[in-house]
Amino acid sequence: MNKMTLSAAIVATAALFTGAANAQVDLDAVLSIDGTTMITRAPAPDFLDIDEVISGWVYRATETQALQMDDFENPGMIFVDVAVDDWNTVEGTEGKSCASCHVGGPEEFAGLRAVLPRWNEAEGKMFTMEDYINYSRVNYMGAEPLPLAKPRMDAMVALISLQSRGMPMNVAIDGPVADIWAQGEELYYTRVGQLDMACANCHEANFGNMIRADRLSQGQSNGFPVYRLKNAKLNSIQARFKGCMKNIRAEPYAVGSEEFRALELYVASRGNGLSVEGPSVRN
Amino acid sequence: MAEDSKPRVRVPRSATAGEAFEIKTLISHKMESGQRKDSDGNTIPRSIINHFSCDFNGENVIQVILQGAISTNPYFQFEAVIQESGTFTFTWNDDNGSVYTDSKDITVG
Repeated sequence: MNKMTLSAAIVATAALFTGAANAQVDLDAVLSIDGTTMITRAPAPDFLDIDEVISGWVYRATETQALQMDDFENPGMIFVDVAVDDWNTVEGTEGKSCASCHVGGPEEFAGLRAVLPRWNEAEGKMFTMEDYINYSRVNYMGAEPLPLAKPRMDAMVALISLQSRGMPMNVAIDGPVADIWAQGEELYYTRVGQLDMACANCHEANFGNMIRADRLSQGQSNGFPVYRLKNAKLNSIQARFKGCMKNIRAEPYAVGSEEFRALELYVASRGNGLSVEGPSVRN
Repeated sequence: MAEDSKPRVRVPRSATAGEAFEIKTLISHKMESGQRKDSDGNTIPRSIINHFSCDFNGENVIQVILQGAISTNPYFQFEAVIQESGTFTFTWNDDNGSVYTDSKDITVG
């Protein structure tokens, strides 16, 4: 039973008992949000040995799936609302907000989430969404950078990701990012930690199988930032990597480290073809 | 986060007189229970939404008293029946004295 049905029980609505298919998984479910159908299954990119890439949404229980199919029910959208306020908040020495420069609103960034991380030629560095946000804050607003994987940053990433919802992931893996991508691939297949496991052991060799009471997904990043029912907040991609590494009893890399940045690029590329879903809902 | 509490409300734009329809409300709030301790072992004081009410044209529809065990971002779903057009007003009371409100117009036709 999820947290939201619990509070609904207080007012004794029928909602509590409509989830007859408790904890069942419908692998053929179609994700449609406000009339837009998302691509949750796509042919795998050439470099993968698997045939099909599958969104983590497919593996979630029917009630969890339903939360994401309605923007009102999706608790991640609360944080999008919070980020809209932040978007208009003037901060820093230049007396500017996001809205001062981006007069077209967050909608200016339609499509951006689908191609990140990507190479930033001017800076000579690979940029994630967080990098872009902090770059603008520091250089144009004269404000402090937002800490990574903290609520304000995750909410802003959610707001900007939302503008690309439904667009297929299309991350470039060649050119200047080729070396970083290769580092990410290496990390993905390297066994670490006391349990001696690599990402691939679960998310490539065993997706769809049970791990304790939970069903393993392919570990796709198209739905990030993710609202998780277990901690009732948005979770960034790299914070999730950290959680995974703790689960296999490894010493996690730091959020923002070169290792996690490389892994973020590699994992994103594994999902090329899947719709951007952020902010999605998972357990 | 309390200062960032944002209410969200969904009410249909129109309804038929005498027929029940669904209202959904959600507010972002951390709902600190008062049972937890911080890393130094000190109790984190309770900070929750303690009361929710919904009124229609000044008449009360529902009142809810919330307690410490209710999860973060409280969500209410309930039904209402109206006879005339008017305005629903929603009020949430925070432990810290803040009051969050929202309102929605509805037409009977």
